[in-house]
Amino acid sequence: MNLPQDFQDWFAAQGWQPHPHQIDLLNATGDSLLIAPTGGGKTLAGFLPSLVELRDPPGGLHTLYVSPLKALTADIARNLSRPVADLNLKIRIEDRTGDTRSSQRARQRIDPPDILLTTPESLALMLSYEQAPAIFGSLRRVVLDELHALAENKRGDQLMLCLSRLKALAPRLIVTGLSATVEDPDRLARFMGSATVIHADPGPDPDIAMLPTTRPAPWAGGGGHYSVPDVLTEVARANTTIIFINTRAQAELFFQAIWAANDANLPIGLHHGSLSREARQRVEAAMAAGELRAVVATGSLDLGIDWGSVDLVIQVGAPKNVKRLVQRIGRANHRYNAPSRARIVPANRFEVIECVAALQAVRERDLDGDDRGPGPLDVLCQHILLTACAGPFDADDLFREVREAGPYRNLDREDFDACLDFAATGGYALRAYDRWQRLMLRDGLWRLRDPRAARDLRMNIGTIVEAEMLKVRLRGRGGTPLGEVEESFASSLVRGDTFLIGGQTVRYDALREMVVEVTRQPTKEPRIAVYSGLKLATSTQLSHRVLALVGDPAAHAGLPEDTRRWLALQARVSTLPRPGVLVTESFEHHGRWHFVLYGFAGRHALQTLGLLMTRTMEIGGLGPIGFLATDYALLITSLDAVTDPAPLLDLDGLRGGLGDWLASNAVMKRTFRNVAVISGLIQRNLPGQRKSGRQATFSSDILYDTLRRYDPDHLLLRITADEARRGLVDFDRIEEMLGRTDRIDHRMLDRVSPLAAPLMLEKGRVPIAGQAQERMAEAEAAALMAEAGLTT
Amino acid sequence: MTAHSFDFNGQRLDARASGALFWPARRCLVVSDLHLGKSERMARRGGALLPPYETEATLDRLEAEIAATDPDIVVSLGDGFDDDAAGRGLPDAVCQRLRTMADGRRWIWISGNHDPGAICPRMPGQSVDALHDGLVLRHEAGQGPDVSGHYHPCVTLAGQRLRCFLVGRDHLILPAFGTYTGGLPVTDAALARLVPQGIAIACGGRPFVLPVGLQRQPRKKAGGWRRPF
Repeated sequence: MNLPQDFQDWFAAQGWQPHPHQIDLLNATGDSLLIAPTGGGKTLAGFLPSLVELRDPPGGLHTLYVSPLKALTADIARNLSRPVADLNLKIRIEDRTGDTRSSQRARQRIDPPDILLTTPESLALMLSYEQAPAIFGSLRRVVLDELHALAENKRGDQLMLCLSRLKALAPRLIVTGLSATVEDPDRLARFMGSATVIHADPGPDPDIAMLPTTRPAPWAGGGGHYSVPDVLTEVARANTTIIFINTRAQAELFFQAIWAANDANLPIGLHHGSLSREARQRVEAAMAAGELRAVVATGSLDLGIDWGSVDLVIQVGAPKNVKRLVQRIGRANHRYNAPSRARIVPANRFEVIECVAALQAVRERDLDGDDRGPGPLDVLCQHILLTACAGPFDADDLFREVREAGPYRNLDREDFDACLDFAATGGYALRAYDRWQRLMLRDGLWRLRDPRAARDLRMNIGTIVEAEMLKVRLRGRGGTPLGEVEESFASSLVRGDTFLIGGQTVRYDALREMVVEVTRQPTKEPRIAVYSGLKLATSTQLSHRVLALVGDPAAHAGLPEDTRRWLALQARVSTLPRPGVLVTESFEHHGRWHFVLYGFAGRHALQTLGLLMTRTMEIGGLGPIGFLATDYALLITSLDAVTDPAPLLDLDGLRGGLGDWLASNAVMKRTFRNVAVISGLIQRNLPGQRKSGRQATFSSDILYDTLRRYDPDHLLLRITADEARRGLVDFDRIEEMLGRTDRIDHRMLDRVSPLAAPLMLEKGRVPIAGQAQERMAEAEAAALMAEAGLTT
Repeated sequence: MTAHSFDFNGQRLDARASGALFWPARRCLVVSDLHLGKSERMARRGGALLPPYETEATLDRLEAEIAATDPDIVVSLGDGFDDDAAGRGLPDAVCQRLRTMADGRRWIWISGNHDPGAICPRMPGQSVDALHDGLVLRHEAGQGPDVSGHYHPCVTLAGQRLRCFLVGRDHLILPAFGTYTGGLPVTDAALARLVPQGIAIACGGRPFVLPVGLQRQPRKKAGGWRRPF
């Protein structure tokens, strides 16, 4: 397809030249994946073929645009309106998200626009309607935006299942994926099914370096507060800065620290996922209006609307993952062909090494990323149920269609049938529900037994399962909403406790009707805000780079002076961890033995290893007391010394221990809850649905325990175990670590080693006590009784 | 120690960690809100197909309590069945199991709001609205003093939700014994009205006691159980 003359004129009138990748997409006859840096005219490239085809609208829905963010759909609608008006195109563009009014949704089902902008969840919902074939039959093009972000989680898997549904409904469909820079474009293309990869000019190398600081990084900790004066200096020099912090709690603390030092009163805002939507929108609007000089943010700003004025990104804390660092750097300077400027600030000495290693990787354009493995079966279960909502289906046809989706291309029939059986009967060994099946086979087609069930199934659409969150509001009538905290955090609060939210210290007063009521308390030191979810683990590839850097004294020249001296001392009194050699140390300190393992396997894997090793140590009578896991090392404290670590690291032994331990593990229960919600075993809790005054629904933990005891081979337990292996339990990386170990170098030392010293300062140890939680609960009960002047 | 002994209206009672109440003077075991047949009822009404094992799991636990206390009388304090149809629809094997458990004992079903007419001839024992025998036992708290169930009281401690006995001057409210049952916090208005002040006996690995209805005072920051390190 050529670019028509009026389009060429329009480009010329803007003072633009069409980019080569925009022309490439116009010429493409099959599915494409465009890899382009931010600011590369990616969105226009994606829509250009549609706009050309829509010079003569064929009627009906022509193009579907899917984005991970609702906010992006509104932004795109605005951006498209200009060329559409200039070129005098007679087309209708509408968005359709969870925020769209129901009257408009209903109308869209009967009379769809030419271009519909939506999210994966809204698409799944539309596909579950009986009218789906009529709505989508005319579809010619699909544009998938920010595909790199969607492909990282189950939203992407669901989207790919929906895409194969769309291809079945509209066989002539052409799909265009748009992605930021990724490590393996071909893998992302396979995720789309099959697509031709088109690379845009990646633009100039970013201007990225460590931020020089007046004080060296501290030995331990994760706050990076030592850098505040230097960060403020950079903010003052730049136009607009985004300061990325890895967790919400740290963002709150950093925001407080930066304002304490902000003598020039630079307007600096805060943005993270726990803040109320109003608070986030205010900050976004202020950014768009150019009223802020900086915003302290978490991953909540990884994606989003382009702010042209941002010319500096500061990453505080180790980036953990090179790809994410590169994508964050791309948030600075959205002018194509100008380098993005970014500075990174390690939070402690170990992170200095990680930052140096990450900078090398960025310069070498060596990105990381772990394969997520085949498409998860809980998402497939949901897809099967939603397919039934749209109408009766043939199992063979659906199986073929599902295998057209990239993540499910190797799905075997046995797994598919297990998911279908789960959707139909619950899939229990005890066939208790023959009379009450959800799906029935009639005339060779599967269908809902009770069509009214479709409503509940549609309410449960989606793959994002939030932790139970409680709203936080200032006390008093119509108190200002401040944000949300996790229920588990809220339940640990006692009246008078203080915590940080939205940059202010507040005092906990009461929990009323599922709302946390607080009062401003500006003078008190906050109790640490621990309401953010989980920390990210350093990627496998970056961990390998860090290990290689630590283990190669010749490469230490690239490190700051104090870090060099630290590693040199370690080499002298013990030994340096290095590729192929797993270094471990034992030493006594204050009457306790400490065992350190420099595994470089990420915090989740080392955490799991800590749990498994301390179990074995308990049985072996070494008296483990507690352990601590970081991304690099595991520290175990015990009454007796570990003199030979090899038996503790026996892979078969660890595997065996894993099975037992998983039985009662909180991580597994949380994973199970997500799987149970996504697969449709339990309904998600919708906001506003939880009312006080009624017996709450019982917890999914009970279902997990019951299934484990009475139906241990159930599909959902299998999905849960698969997921935990890769996710938070991360046993795969324990195997990876042992696989790359040729030998273990164990050192018995007479004192703390230089590398181990910072670990001794880290907070967040896990105590080894089987009944720890219960003992804490009893202690609290006893304290309350004592306070009340009662004894039991 | 699997039980906590306390006095209620002149009677010495044991709150057991399982959530069952044992009355030694009468050799009477009381369990409330078994909700047998719950998963079947949810499926029947077109809801989720939950793991259909909760009746078995509940009876396993009840059997263990009977073995541990060897009672002369077993009382189900209402809502023994999730609804009347669930009671009548219980598989024969389950009814047989109940009859075996009841062998040589008195078995009393107090009817609840979920199961006013659930008892069928396949089941052991008799069905009554309430029991007056030194203490009043009924499903839902009424004119005190009485022993009741219905509300499924629970407490949250150290981020963990635990079922509990709620003991006040006029009312003793039992936790739900059934496997698939949720809980209502003791601070909820419905429970605070019945027991404005008293104690809760939480069912952890062993039972432990905490006050209810007293203002929780802010405690000093340092130390404390919340920061073990």
